Amino acid sequence: MKVTLKIKRFNPEKDEKPWWAEYTVEAEPTDRLLDALNAIKWYQDGTLSFRRSCMHGVCGSDAMLINGSNALACKVLLKNLGENIKVEPMRGFRVARDLMVDLEPFFDKYKQVKPYFITHSVTPEKERQQSPAERERFDDTTKCILCGACTTSCPSFWANPEYIGPAAIVNAHRFVFDSRDEGREERLEILNHRDGVWRCRTIFNCVEACPRGINVTRAIGEVKKALMFRKL
Amino acid sequence: MELYAWLFMRVSGIVLLFLALGHLLIMHVIHNVETIDYHFVAHRFMTPFWRTYDLVMLWLALLHGLNGARTLIEDYVGVRGWRVFSLASLYILGFIFLALGSLVILTFQPVGG
Ligand code: SF4
Ligand code: FES
Repeated sequence: MKVTLKIKRFNPEKDEKPWWAEYTVEAEPTDRLLDALNAIKWYQDGTLSFRRSCMHGVCGSDAMLINGSNALACKVLLKNLGENIKVEPMRGFRVARDLMVDLEPFFDKYKQVKPYFITHSVTPEKERQQSPAERERFDDTTKCILCGACTTSCPSFWANPEYIGPAAIVNAHRFVFDSRDEGREERLEILNHRDGVWRCRTIFNCVEACPRGINVTRAIGEVKKALMFRKL
Repeated sequence: MELYAWLFMRVSGIVLLFLALGHLLIMHVIHNVETIDYHFVAHRFMTPFWRTYDLVMLWLALLHGLNGARTLIEDYVGVRGWRVFSLASLYILGFIFLALGSLVILTFQPVGG
């Protein structure tokens, strides 16, 4: 199968504005988009830049805008994309080069929610125990690979880059609902400020974008609820 | 603060649903607009119940709408100066409508029976 890829390219050192490059590659329908990108980079045009690492949907490096929706290039198959494929960098962040965006602000937001265990009580001799039900409570949000697909698909985030964004909230949720964590109050306080969860307008783009199938909007809703019942 | 705004939107939304449906039913289904005139309204306003009903509806609907517009402005008006200007106009306009509406509902006296 022959596929034509239109790729939005931009090199801030050379180009004044982004431009579209077109490549045609021979590929199997069961190949992933990443295979096609590699074929271009290895055999046609070595200057094409994109991130990738694990190639198996685990590391979260290769989220990009594919035919208008965010996805991991290593997870979508060519047969599901048709013969003409449009690939762009994710929206809302500065383009570092071609399909790579500057994710520093993304990780700054992630750090804001203190994505690590906080405990004040005396460390027990053995591990801190948790029942299967308590573990289940936040299971969904443990799956995040920090790819950025949700945050960069969110219109609220496009409109206001100060918004902490779905990915950071997902990772806060993972600790807020963990029975072993004792930093709940601190984290909720951070999410309660005006660029925290209240910027979410329940648009659901994040749910559609998440390659891990995390119900992002639900997680945000649960944080809102937690905030509400804490205050009332 | 945003929390209370958020909560207010949900609660007022639900309450308004019933108030507005009731209003629609009375004004457009049971009676129709051609038969509603000054006398009808004046008569209705004799009872404190309908005054309260309309007052509550006015406040909830106006504040609900104002908060929605505020959200839109905060999301989409990026330039600081314009944002402050739009928000200020919105609040002033909102205040005038709220004051005017409340004044009419609270002080209305039928004339000429
Ligand atoms: S929640 Fe999903 S889409 Fe968002 S960063 Fe995590 S894995 Fe990516
Ligand atoms: S390369 Fe690791 S998720 Fe795609």
